[in-house]
Amino acid sequence: MQASQLSASRKIGDSHVFDLAMSHRGLRLNRMCHVLNDATGRAAFRADEAAFLARFDLTEAELALVTARDFNGLLAAGINIYYLIKFGVATGNGLYRMGAQMRGETYEQFLVSRNNSGAV
Amino acid sequence: MARIVGGIASSHVPSIGGAHDRGKHESPAWKPLFDAYVPVREWLARVKPDIAIVVYNDHAAEFFFDKYPTFAVGAAEHYAIADEGFGVRPLPPVRGHLAFSQHLCESLVYDEFDLTVCQELKVEHGFLVPMHLCFDYRDGWPVASVPLQVNVLQHPLPTARRCYRLGQAIGRAVEAFAADLKVVVIGTGGMSHQLTGSAFGDMQPDHDLDFLDRLESDPESLTGWSHQLLMEKFGVEGIELIMWLVMRGALPAAVRCVHRHYYAPMTTGMGLMTLEPA
Repeated sequence: MQASQLSASRKIGDSHVFDLAMSHRGLRLNRMCHVLNDATGRAAFRADEAAFLARFDLTEAELALVTARDFNGLLAAGINIYYLIKFGVATGNGLYRMGAQMRGETYEQFLVSRNNSGAV
Repeated sequence: MARIVGGIASSHVPSIGGAHDRGKHESPAWKPLFDAYVPVREWLARVKPDIAIVVYNDHAAEFFFDKYPTFAVGAAEHYAIADEGFGVRPLPPVRGHLAFSQHLCESLVYDEFDLTVCQELKVEHGFLVPMHLCFDYRDGWPVASVPLQVNVLQHPLPTARRCYRLGQAIGRAVEAFAADLKVVVIGTGGMSHQLTGSAFGDMQPDHDLDFLDRLESDPESLTGWSHQLLMEKFGVEGIELIMWLVMRGALPAAVRCVHRHYYAPMTTGMGLMTLEPA
């Protein structure tokens, strides 16, 4: 067996590594976002968000994170980054807008920090 | 007998797909990226591969965490285009090669790689972006493809060494296929990128260029790197680079670099390298 692949903290800087514990924790949130892969699911989300969310047995804390569009909070609750991106598409928050929030910057500040922000 | 004619390592950043669909090939920010594939297309036009084995990861479009394969290989005549959350992109269905896929799956399992065999599989940007960067699909895809999906999302992931050895097993499987076919192996993903936390968007060009050097000349040196080390160097999502080691493992130790390129405009180091047996 190879030496340990991950550190005990399961973190890189302040970012969580998506391991089995995170995946178990986030299973409901990720299942909700998986449905957003489908046009029918996206339409249901947009038509009645509360009714859509009620299908996924989310906890009160998870519902609050979804309602607040708290991207860092959702990641800490076990949403996978690639499911967060689908949630972002459905709510009009592109990846770079979510990333700016994670960095504690405005979208404009974030764009200025890029090598060539024409490639958005 | 089939043979591997070369390997390509390519980033698969989804925004490239968006830029492609919106016809941004000549815009100042995107032109360097699209132009970098011209020499790759010229090389492909020369070697004329029959089959592309595309080593990629699904980004939560087709596979869900209720059951998650470490390695999954397509064994179908066609692969549909997945909806990743923003509609199905206007690309033709991907043409498979059933007999070769079935041979590859048998050979890899008997070589002790315990795969998930997929007779239905939708492919998304991890697979599609390198394909439409490398190939003109206007008259249909000019190669048959084998999608080979690697878990790089939910740790525990396959180790870097395991990925390299999978590539070596692919090399053996190709040599054992009776038909006279030319195969190119495309390793996708990377390079450095971090999509969560306060380091969102940070890139590591020095590490990326070192990885390109090692991939060409000293790939064994990369196989001992832990996931921790890889993520510290390349970012959490930069772990996708282990898929490049599958491609490299399928090629002989001695290779010639046909072409390489690196461009880092936004949040991901976009690397590109074409190798052929020396």
